[in-house]
Amino acid sequence: MAISINGQDYALPQDPRTSLLDFIRGEARLPGTKKGCDHGQCGACTVLVNGIRINSCLSLAVTNDGDEVTTIEGLGTLAAPSEMQLAFVAHDGFQCGYCTPGQICSATAMLQEIAAGWPSDATADLGAAPALTDDEIRERMSGNLCRCGAYANIVAAIRDVAGENA
Amino acid sequence: MTVHLKQDAPDNRDVLDGTGQGVIGAPLPRPEGLMKVTGTATYAAEYAVEGCLEGVLVTVPVTRGEVLSIDEHSVLTMPGVVAVISDERMTGRPAQGMAGEAPFQPAQEVCYWGQPVALVVADTFEQARDAAKHLAMEWRSEDAPIDPASVETEEDESTLQGDLAHAMAEAAHSVDVVITTEGHASAAMEPHAALAQWNDGALTVHASLQMLKFNRAELADSLGLEEEQVRLLSPYVGGGFGSKLGVSQEVVAASLAAMKLGRPVRVVMSRQQVFQTVERRSETHQRIRLAADAEGKLTGFGHEALVSNLPGETFAEPVLQSSQFLYAGENRLLKLDLARIHRMTAGSVRAPGEAVGVQTVEQAMDMLAEKVGMDPIELRLRNIPEVHPAKGTPFSSRKLAECLREGAAAFGWEPRPRAPRHTREGEWWIGTGVASGARVHFVEEAKARVTLRPDGTALVETDMTDIGTGTYAILGQVAGEMLGLVPDDIEVRLGDTDLPPGSGSGGSVGAASCGSAVFLACQGLREQLAKRLNVGADELALKDGFARWDGGEKALPELLGGEPLECTGHFEPGASTEDLTVSSFGAFFAEVAVNRWTGETRVRRMTGAFGFGRVLNARTARSQCLGGLTWCIGNALTESLLFDPVDGHLANCDLAEYHVPVNRDVPDLEVLLLEERDAAASPIQAKGVGELGLCGGAGAIANAIYDACGARVFAYPMTPDRVMAAMESSRPPSEST
Amino acid sequence: MRPFDYQRAERLEHAAQLTGEPDTLALAGGTNLVDLMKLQVETPQTLVDIGRLSLGTIAEDGEGLRIGALATNTATAVHPRVLADYPVLARAILAGATQQLRNKATTGGNLCQRTRCYYFTNIDQPCNKREPGSGCGAIKGIARIHAVLGTSPQCIATYPGDMAVAMAALDASVEIASERRSRTVPVRNFHRLPGDTPEKDNVLEPGEIITAVTLPAPVGGVQLYRKVRERSSYAFALCSVAAVVDLEEGRFTRADLAFGGLAHKPWHDPRIADLLIGSEPSLALFDKAADLLLEGAESYGENDFKIPLARRTLAAVLCEATGVEP
Repeated sequence: MAISINGQDYALPQDPRTSLLDFIRGEARLPGTKKGCDHGQCGACTVLVNGIRINSCLSLAVTNDGDEVTTIEGLGTLAAPSEMQLAFVAHDGFQCGYCTPGQICSATAMLQEIAAGWPSDATADLGAAPALTDDEIRERMSGNLCRCGAYANIVAAIRDVAGENA
Repeated sequence: MTVHLKQDAPDNRDVLDGTGQGVIGAPLPRPEGLMKVTGTATYAAEYAVEGCLEGVLVTVPVTRGEVLSIDEHSVLTMPGVVAVISDERMTGRPAQGMAGEAPFQPAQEVCYWGQPVALVVADTFEQARDAAKHLAMEWRSEDAPIDPASVETEEDESTLQGDLAHAMAEAAHSVDVVITTEGHASAAMEPHAALAQWNDGALTVHASLQMLKFNRAELADSLGLEEEQVRLLSPYVGGGFGSKLGVSQEVVAASLAAMKLGRPVRVVMSRQQVFQTVERRSETHQRIRLAADAEGKLTGFGHEALVSNLPGETFAEPVLQSSQFLYAGENRLLKLDLARIHRMTAGSVRAPGEAVGVQTVEQAMDMLAEKVGMDPIELRLRNIPEVHPAKGTPFSSRKLAECLREGAAAFGWEPRPRAPRHTREGEWWIGTGVASGARVHFVEEAKARVTLRPDGTALVETDMTDIGTGTYAILGQVAGEMLGLVPDDIEVRLGDTDLPPGSGSGGSVGAASCGSAVFLACQGLREQLAKRLNVGADELALKDGFARWDGGEKALPELLGGEPLECTGHFEPGASTEDLTVSSFGAFFAEVAVNRWTGETRVRRMTGAFGFGRVLNARTARSQCLGGLTWCIGNALTESLLFDPVDGHLANCDLAEYHVPVNRDVPDLEVLLLEERDAAASPIQAKGVGELGLCGGAGAIANAIYDACGARVFAYPMTPDRVMAAMESSRPPSEST
Repeated sequence: MRPFDYQRAERLEHAAQLTGEPDTLALAGGTNLVDLMKLQVETPQTLVDIGRLSLGTIAEDGEGLRIGALATNTATAVHPRVLADYPVLARAILAGATQQLRNKATTGGNLCQRTRCYYFTNIDQPCNKREPGSGCGAIKGIARIHAVLGTSPQCIATYPGDMAVAMAALDASVEIASERRSRTVPVRNFHRLPGDTPEKDNVLEPGEIITAVTLPAPVGGVQLYRKVRERSSYAFALCSVAAVVDLEEGRFTRADLAFGGLAHKPWHDPRIADLLIGSEPSLALFDKAADLLLEGAESYGENDFKIPLARRTLAAVLCEATGVEP
């Protein structure tokens, strides 16, 4: 019984109350994933579980055994940052930095979701492949609050990465 | 060596324009950016400390009263519980910004619903959180006023000049309107957190705080320690927006626990606790009166406001701050009243005063422009006063007219008057609006140490914080410009009370104050280098790591000769602003769509033009303005603290129900930075920008709503129900929707 | 969060057996339950993790579609059959929560989502739903987000979800299993009104587990979901309308409407379809439909606006569906 985080296995917590978020920040000592509200209302704790983005604060770690979790530390490092991480720096897509790891995990997953053809509330035609418009990006990133108000720059960073990969 | 300047006179030398390195003002990326995007910037709660215990604050559901007893044994038998802290030194409220002394004690005297009164400490967070819900207490409760309209008020501030009532009666055109705003929460993304360690009489606390030199004094005073015993560390702060100006309850509680137990203790507030116990922006009830002659020239200006706070608090939301000087009008009545009620502490939330005081005036100006039959920009331009209309003092610098004109051009402003409901796209009425912006300028005493290291790189050190504002970037840029270094050769260390005390982050003082301290330190270094070369300081040029003078050139390492060179800059505000009005100014433009059925309002684009002295980093300054514009949207449309009418508790105490704007609420935003030098504001000719971007912009949105659908809404936030109701009452009888 | 005994159910029978015990709750996606457990609104002694049961399949069901109880909201909203034949359901799901939450939230869990009433989620406030007999804080308190239809003196909470509103419009059915029996309940009857027992949100009995929701054969028509909210995303509905509407020769042949944000359940009033079918769409007719919808509506000060808002939202949706110009 173990949870894989960024490729490393961790034994499940003793206390079943432990959220995946607290497990990542505590037991796994990966504090890059942030606790902003602990109730699924801000998105700061967003991580990828088996490639899918979720709010880690609302997942009990014991339910995640066998799962592969990717956190911000798994997307890129100081020495080898990801394209999205670099784009956030280039576009000043953050200020205080606290919501940023969640934003970047979300943005990374979001581009895959669009590539997979998943529609959103901003998709006009459910029958067509979603286009990567600013409104689509904004709607799909609305699960990640940023109180500093860096949204405009976050959209620019994502647009930049998406454009290069288009 | 220390270079001290108490600025008693304007500094017109514009030194930073002549240094030649070319980094000042440049849109450079944040030096700490890569750490933030890789999750390696460490925030208060995130330090790995062996044997750290977890504390959870216990709150009481009483509006006013007293905790009579706390039964520690009710939880001490629970698994993992180590201690209950209910020391008399616990603080029930946060300190106000720059208080420098303990906030209200003891916590057991309860003044608002949900006040923290104790701390439960356990081995793990889950154990502590559960036990905190089970702590048995006895309390006494008493009636308490919770509605600002129900109590006698105190006069906080007033300006009376001429006879406003007479001016209103005689006016060719007048506006007399009451507008309300509801309470706001800072809602910084990082919850308040502290990790305290007590070793041999020394307290070290990793905390999330904005103004460390004050916080250190507040914490020491709260605990009965000497300041020298206390070290605070806040190198990264996950947003503050005023809520971390003063030392808050979790910092004192964690410290007391660590001192009692001799073990490290971490306390992180729950999101609900942050909402319920830290700080709110007061709701306001404002009356605006404008009297004008036939040409739209103001003859009278009235602005009255009622705000609230807890008994014993000195802070009253300074709603009238910029109304004192924004517009002309020889007959003036400005009056601020304070109601004492039992809701949580009212304090500074980003741009206290102007964030709610400018937008209401700007709505009234829009109404006046319509009555005069004049373009609202023209009306504003016509009423920019020559000098402070009450004090008669000139303005140190002011870009208001330029912001209005250049902003209008960039936005594509369509001249008025025009009747509303001119454009419809499907279900949506489209309209635009304008507002002026203003935010008073403050500076605060600050020290910074700059060391030229033997290898020719530099180190900048101060206890100043970077709460997302860009301090790491701009202090490096000031030093780089002064010392002729590229930013990569400068290291900036912040957020540690072992370092020279800076201003702290609050009231937009940080850039001008700490920037000036760094500037002064670098001046000292330049003088020392010049002395070594036997040249005058102004004959010395520093660029790209080389010192150059008439007839010579030396690389810095060579000049330093293997020894570091250090200087501390000490900036103090002085008389330079005494006989002047010093403020930042701006203009806001918004286009909105209002749903004809539901009143839902979406901002489609915004332009902000701002003049705030020297721009130190065009990228981080722009980001500050983007943040401000985003706050304008929340302020105008979504944000409202809802207090229960029975016991005064905050009902919507989480991020699901207190609606800060989400990404989709924020459209394309355009920011114009108007270069300006303000010699009186600071030795680096800079003013503040952290708050200016939300001082008035909600008014532009309100005015755009009117232009779109013909509804004047007089209550913020302009939620669908309010817009819908205003549309119904403003609807011409012939129209069905 | 209170300590609890964590059990993982490997088979449906096992899950049903376990959840039949007192103080036992089933955990699926957790997006609502874990939230409420942290607040101690929910304090199960035993938590049965049903997340690994094989209930996640979305499959053809005759001409209709059977959505497994553990199919995530995302899986449902992006399913080609849902997008093609039941767009109102995709729209409703996509209008709710966020991508992160939809990736975890399940069909069954979403049906069982509890109210967002401020007094329900604050254990230091009275709430008859959370603690029967303690009173209702909302009626005299902040009732901004509360119900105007089907309320009782005991409770004015709303069902907060979007998915079930569309399912009510589509007349979907909930498949429920227990150790002893299986049964099927129309979504329209799954949730209940608060009456004197607001603690019961729906008709699920202890030991019963939702296994699937079945959608009837597609009916085509115009399908719309309109959600009025305070933010443009990530906010609960002040009012929502799910509409499945068809016209022939200028007259309504179908008008299946359901409403969210107005009541303790997705609101469906068959009289509205009776009124509309056979008639020509017009603003006057939509107004009559709203009269029926709002007959007996009762508001509590703070939420007075929901009555005109519901009327206007209904008109907006019917105008959009029929092309009537306001």
